[in-house]
Amino acid sequence: MRRRFEAVKINPKRFRFNQLPFLLIVLPIAFVMMLPLVYIFSHAFKPYDELVEFPPRFLVRRPTLDNFIELFRASTTTGIPVSRYLFNSIFITFIVVVVSILLSSLTGYALSKMRFSVKGVISEVNTIALMFVGTAVAIPRYVVIEKLGLINNFLVHIVPFLAVPVGMFLIKQFIDQVPNELIEAAKMDGASHFMIYRKVILPLIKPAISTIAILSFQSVWNNADVSATYINSDSLKTFAYYMSTLSSASNPIAGMGMSAAASLIMFLPNLIFFIILQSQVMNTMAHSGIK
Amino acid sequence: MNRTIGKVRDFFKIKKKAFKKDDKAAYLFSAPYVLVFIVFIILPIVLAMLLSLTSFDMVNFPKFVGLENFVYLFTADSEFMKSILPNTIKFAILIGPGGYILSFLMAWCLAQLPHRLRTVLAVILYTPSLTAGITMAVVWKVFFAGDESGYLNHILLEMGLIAEPIAFLQSPDYLFPIMIVVSLWGSMGVGFLAMLAGILNVPKELYEAAYIDGMKSRFQEIIYITIPSMKPQMLFGAVMAIVNAFSTGAIGVQLSGSNPTPNYAGSLIVNHIEDYGFIRYDMGYAAALSVVLLLIIYLFSKLAYRLFGERDRT
Repeated sequence: MRRRFEAVKINPKRFRFNQLPFLLIVLPIAFVMMLPLVYIFSHAFKPYDELVEFPPRFLVRRPTLDNFIELFRASTTTGIPVSRYLFNSIFITFIVVVVSILLSSLTGYALSKMRFSVKGVISEVNTIALMFVGTAVAIPRYVVIEKLGLINNFLVHIVPFLAVPVGMFLIKQFIDQVPNELIEAAKMDGASHFMIYRKVILPLIKPAISTIAILSFQSVWNNADVSATYINSDSLKTFAYYMSTLSSASNPIAGMGMSAAASLIMFLPNLIFFIILQSQVMNTMAHSGIK
Repeated sequence: MNRTIGKVRDFFKIKKKAFKKDDKAAYLFSAPYVLVFIVFIILPIVLAMLLSLTSFDMVNFPKFVGLENFVYLFTADSEFMKSILPNTIKFAILIGPGGYILSFLMAWCLAQLPHRLRTVLAVILYTPSLTAGITMAVVWKVFFAGDESGYLNHILLEMGLIAEPIAFLQSPDYLFPIMIVVSLWGSMGVGFLAMLAGILNVPKELYEAAYIDGMKSRFQEIIYITIPSMKPQMLFGAVMAIVNAFSTGAIGVQLSGSNPTPNYAGSLIVNHIEDYGFIRYDMGYAAALSVVLLLIIYLFSKLAYRLFGERDRT
């Protein structure tokens, strides 16, 4: 009988002392994982003398907003205010997230629930593309983007990121769980495919949508490479790029405070989005398996 | 001969019929995604293969040179064979399977805890992967800074372990281990969440039945029940771990601030591609490197499919 009791240890309802060993394994690792994150928060609010203080201290003692004020007052050598970079980043991220959700969910629906003879091929190729590493083909990608006339074009921040194989894969797996009867019933009522997509599919796949929202948010918001590689005009570059220039600036001491503040601005939206959406993400991940 | 033609004709007839039955809307719905997918994912891969057989400087039309690039790659590019390839393989093995096992272990431990506590810890473990790229480099650069103001140097000096500060990020000896630490720190991404969800969704009845049948330890439980019941998630996690291992490759350049890294100690194929492509403008050779990298990624994935796949896809 005791053995049976042990068998249901996974996903317990409440805390028991026999869970302590597991907690003792996870806690130290979680603590180490968290240190750099605490550092990002703490560093951003340090006044100038604490930033250059020796010996260095980990935590802030007299928090101030000076770094943020300095960051927003500063403009680059070409006279572009920081708010411009921030605006670019927010705008690009918003468009990519919305459009990539739209494209993946429409495709996911077509592949999962419609009569579509090439759906097998598309799904297979997409699953293989899960292992696609963008940086591996940076050069031919550059050639493609150049031939399309996207160099120094605002669209280069957006268009290449609209197809996210992982996102499409997760959303398709999720739509697979929607019962066919539901769609048949909607068809009986005379609903068009687009109506079914809007009224039946979209409301049911909200968890999957949250998940790909997070995935594409991360890939775009944190991206400094596009600005560095494809964009020449400073006014078209992003906040992530601006931040990368701060840390390697010619004046490292003065740049330190701004860099710390910028790190926090970069990092915080990632964290907030994930915390808000984490239960939806876990829900989606339950269907993430590659069969 | 005629029979073959007949067969081919029959095949296409059937296909045609199948196409006719298709929902027209399906084409409309999937067209935008498929278009972007082909242009920015498939086309660059095909182009990499074609360009790898040419000499190309971005100005003149590519000149066909056969396998010359590959011959040079394996016989004459001394950095590649001496540093780049071993570094890449070492890095990929430590971060791929290493990060993967760590993720699974963490996910499994978390699954033993009650919901609230588990959620908080899962968010903490996942968060580093959110900072991927630029934020990551900025933070760790300060930690490993080469003068007394660097945290690690300061701690070591205080403890009397070293006499003077070490330039960790410029040192060929330390750069690579630091890359491993930083990458492992950020390796618990989507795959980790997938495995956690997978472990939580294994039906409890399976465990109960196994214990009645005489299973003894929790280790046996993992090997015989947990992993086999969540193979699809294990495979997804493995593919994500492989992708992560190869895309965080730029970290060495970000940390040391130079490409190539000091003595090529932290240079991976990804950096070598950039070095040849964007710095030396030898696009044909860079494309050959891309092909080699894609092959390595493919082999790693193939292994993952062997281990966890329910059927062989590739």
